[in-house]
Amino acid sequence: MSVSQAIVIDKPPPQARGWPRVRILGYALVGIWMLFGLGIVAYLVYAWNAEFFARYAPAYLQGLGTTLSLVSISMVLGAILSLPVAYGRMSKNPFLSGLAYCYVYFFRGTPLLVQTYLVYYGIGSFRPELETVGLWWFFREAFYCGVFAFSLNTAAYQAEILRGAIESVPLGQWEGAASLGLHKLQTLRKVVLPQAIIVALRPYGNELILMIKASAIVAIITVYDLMGNAKLAYAKSFDIQAYIWVAIVYLVMVEILRHGVEWIERRITVHLHR
Amino acid sequence: MPAQSIWTLLSWGPDGWSDDIASGVLVTIALALATLPIGLVIGFFVAFAKQHEEPSLRLAGNIYTTVFRGLPELVTLFLFFFGMPLLLQYVVRLFNPDATIDVNSFVAGMIVLALIFSSYASEVFLSAFRAIPKGQYEGGYAIGLSTWQTMRLVILPQLIRIAFPGLENCWLSLLKDTSLVSVVNLAETLRQSGVAARVTKHSFLFYSVAALIFLALAVLSSIATSYILRYLGRREAR
Repeated sequence: MSVSQAIVIDKPPPQARGWPRVRILGYALVGIWMLFGLGIVAYLVYAWNAEFFARYAPAYLQGLGTTLSLVSISMVLGAILSLPVAYGRMSKNPFLSGLAYCYVYFFRGTPLLVQTYLVYYGIGSFRPELETVGLWWFFREAFYCGVFAFSLNTAAYQAEILRGAIESVPLGQWEGAASLGLHKLQTLRKVVLPQAIIVALRPYGNELILMIKASAIVAIITVYDLMGNAKLAYAKSFDIQAYIWVAIVYLVMVEILRHGVEWIERRITVHLHR
Repeated sequence: MPAQSIWTLLSWGPDGWSDDIASGVLVTIALALATLPIGLVIGFFVAFAKQHEEPSLRLAGNIYTTVFRGLPELVTLFLFFFGMPLLLQYVVRLFNPDATIDVNSFVAGMIVLALIFSSYASEVFLSAFRAIPKGQYEGGYAIGLSTWQTMRLVILPQLIRIAFPGLENCWLSLLKDTSLVSVVNLAETLRQSGVAARVTKHSFLFYSVAALIFLALAVLSSIATSYILRYLGRREAR
């Protein structure tokens, strides 16, 4: 009894909710954001152009499909490619680990735009050689070049995520599994990976979001993805709403993904919360 | 191609492209360095807002990061590059009916990069804010420092040290993002290499040069940051 009384007495009185300067500033800033949002909505209503919509909305949808397929193919190919790279990074062989380190350093240290140019314009400039090898059909298509560059790029990032996640699992887990008679692959699959996935989920989600955002740059190498169609629409109509719509679509996509990742994270860490 | 012609192409002078690319590198560095302080200051204040106890201030800060982290860099750049002149023109024409506004691609790039950099930096600052125990503020108030003095003299020095590794990552991605401004015709490294590639038809060579330059800038930055880290560490030890 006395304990609960003491708690009641020791509690400071609730702070007065007046109008201190910070609150005025906060409301003002939120007000500015609301004005900004309303301004954009008002602009879109005011500049509502049924013809523009009828002409470009199908193109945007198609572009959305291109963006999503580009990102998903690259993510999957990158995930496959990241396995040997992550293996190399963790390997004790100095040659292998050095090679993997250089790969990761190059693809993380240079802009994706440069890598994309290097593939599309750079490798594409060796047309006669490519034709003799029979690879010209691949490097002729901007979309394939985009997929190629993006896969290599994301493989470097995903390899680091994978390595970080696997190394976050304590060595004792490996030893414990070994003492139970599991071999390396079994240990990885049944003991280490289930724990590593929890660590890796958020970085993987971030990487997916970064890829969706970065995929806009394939528009520069003439792929008609979401951004490419927006560029086309702007070039034809000189109407800034071409970019506003595309911004809204990207923002919605990213927010859905972000909340989705958070939801999955909550689900798979249920056993960690008490 | 004989090997010699490549060396001619890469030479310094009228036949070579090194001088053009070097001027581009200077623009890249200038853009990144000009963006850095603006982005750091905005990022700090956004983080300050996001950890404040006032809910409206938190909301404003969170909207900022959501928007500028959620939009692709290229979309933000195009929105500003094409949209800002329209908006400014609309405002200016209220006062001066026949004014025209042209936005410099350097300035547009700087604004957009600062917005992106600050939204990422604010997350770094936010986690640094959370790493500083409340007792530090209370200790500051207890010896009679004002809120602002506590922030400047007690919190900020610790904040910078904690946030530094995260900020280094932000700086590296800022350096890489400068290449995007080449799309709106700013004559930076990638743009100049692209011009050289188109004129000489040696695309692979010149884009490789651009990639190596960015790589070299990243290496230089990590050398510089390790020096700064050592300096910060020494200050801490004393």
